[in-house]
Amino acid sequence: MWQCLSNPFIRLNQTQSYLTSKWFKALLVHRLFTSGAELTYSYDGLYPGHIQTTSFQKALLAVGSGVAALQDPYRHDMVAVLGETTGHLALINLRERMKNDPEGYTILTERPRIRLSTLDLEKMASLPDESFGREYLRFLEENKVTPDSRAEVKFVDNEELAYIMLRYREVHDLLHTLLGMPTNMLGEVAVKWFEAAQTGLPMCALGAVLGPLRLNASRLQSLFTSLGPWALQNGRRARCVLSIFYERRWEQSLEDLRRELNIEPPPLTLSASNKRRRQI
Amino acid sequence: MAASVRLLVRRLARLSHKNITSSAATVSCRPGCCLGPSSSRCISDTAEDRSTHFGFEKVPEAEKAKRVYKVFENVAQKYDVMNDAMSLGVHRLWKDMLLHVMHPQPGARLLDVAGGTGDISFRFLDYILYQQERRKRRAAASSQTPSWQDISDKYPTEDRPQESRAVVCDINKEMLKVGKQRADSMGITSGLSWVVGDAEELPFDDDQFDIYTIAFGIRNVTHIDQTLQEALRVLKPGGRFMCLEFSKVTNPVLAKLYDVYSFQVIPVLGEVIAGDWKSYQYLVESIRKFPDQEEFKGMIEDTGFFCVQYFNFTGSILHQVFLQ
Repeated sequence: MWQCLSNPFIRLNQTQSYLTSKWFKALLVHRLFTSGAELTYSYDGLYPGHIQTTSFQKALLAVGSGVAALQDPYRHDMVAVLGETTGHLALINLRERMKNDPEGYTILTERPRIRLSTLDLEKMASLPDESFGREYLRFLEENKVTPDSRAEVKFVDNEELAYIMLRYREVHDLLHTLLGMPTNMLGEVAVKWFEAAQTGLPMCALGAVLGPLRLNASRLQSLFTSLGPWALQNGRRARCVLSIFYERRWEQSLEDLRRELNIEPPPLTLSASNKRRRQI
Repeated sequence: MAASVRLLVRRLARLSHKNITSSAATVSCRPGCCLGPSSSRCISDTAEDRSTHFGFEKVPEAEKAKRVYKVFENVAQKYDVMNDAMSLGVHRLWKDMLLHVMHPQPGARLLDVAGGTGDISFRFLDYILYQQERRKRRAAASSQTPSWQDISDKYPTEDRPQESRAVVCDINKEMLKVGKQRADSMGITSGLSWVVGDAEELPFDDDQFDIYTIAFGIRNVTHIDQTLQEALRVLKPGGRFMCLEFSKVTNPVLAKLYDVYSFQVIPVLGEVIAGDWKSYQYLVESIRKFPDQEEFKGMIEDTGFFCVQYFNFTGSILHQVFLQ
């Protein structure tokens, strides 16, 4: 063994193969990370917040987060973890679709983020009614949500796919505006049906199937008769919603944007006041 | 009734764990991890260069306390739930064992360092109460119809509970807050104090306490030897230092299983239940970095304690120490 290692070429090759071996990478990353997010030195893993996991851990996480999310649907971090651990194939599919679309390709290269710090709220408030930016702002105010409340991506093992997951989360609110759905349970389920048809993410499909279990009879009826079919049809035929550079379209009118994306306006108008207090 | 069931469970646990005792010298420990704290104690480098371990990561000594504080601040609310989930409830048995070995008598004063959510202190108070009630029952059973004189003599013994005091000391205010809430919900009104303090620099005078316990806290301190010296200082002569801590598993099969469980399952549990992967990753790594049974025993003896013994329970150990 010592003779073998003394030959520099063999040693180099062995070192290289050792360093590039997945096991070593996993071990290195595994041993390196523990830094808290508040520390300023370089992050460990493939992107800030990345946590390296084995497939066994991902499976456990998927099951655990699924159970936790079912027990308490307001645990958004668990829904996020479920999406990340089960969405690998769907994310690859989404990436292909985005690459094939010119605007989507721009997004993948420029990596825009939708956060309060990047939005010019005053300018958006000054836009005319029925414009996309103004309606989005109205949606944020009426439902009392903020674009900064999205959980960061942790368990996706590819930097580009992690960005796509993040973009999906940030676009979720914009989808609410585009579809005209508030953030109560019925609105969320309708948006989930749309997203399940559009993206194919297993988390969306699960949410779409299990969400209606928490609705009362009248809402179930409106879901199955009008909202649901509308959401599914539009999800299937609409352009990939992740491929739109929303940040450059605040001035565009909402109707115009809907037509461009091939989305019909909602059959029912739901108001944000339908939102019930945390229940069930 | 609860106490007698506990006794039975304790006996059963003892029987099943009897075989897992560690042999003195040849412990197959992972290289390097036993040397962790001793290298940080070695004063060959300057104060700025001195580094210690935070899990598998190397950090400057001044950093470690801050990061440990942050970890426990984050997990405080779900600490008890997570303990139950990670150890499948077995941690309760370990703590009961600690109390059984401790066997405190009414009138004892306990200092529970890194006591956090108060598990040891509550058990201590329960145990004392149980002892007192047993005594009263015995006294009542032995005497027939006591005279008025006898009855009135017994009255002052009613406030005996206050003589036994437990002081819960922890560096982390969040953990103490959770502990206080638990005490309130359990209806404990007297005999318990909550103090914020650093185990390496305790805010108490010398020779104050009969028993000093530190359960699953000593691996989080930056300087173990300083902590041990403080323990020696605040204990009365003849007082006892009792430490419950995770340590090396001697059985290699169990060790492998334990490793897989620690690194694969526990951070996942942390993420799902507490929403915090990294704190529980730190927890399992810090267990690996802690010195093994014999080395820790050596450290305790070096500090000045006598009659150091340790007991192993499923890989976690209980040190009992007498000071004379």
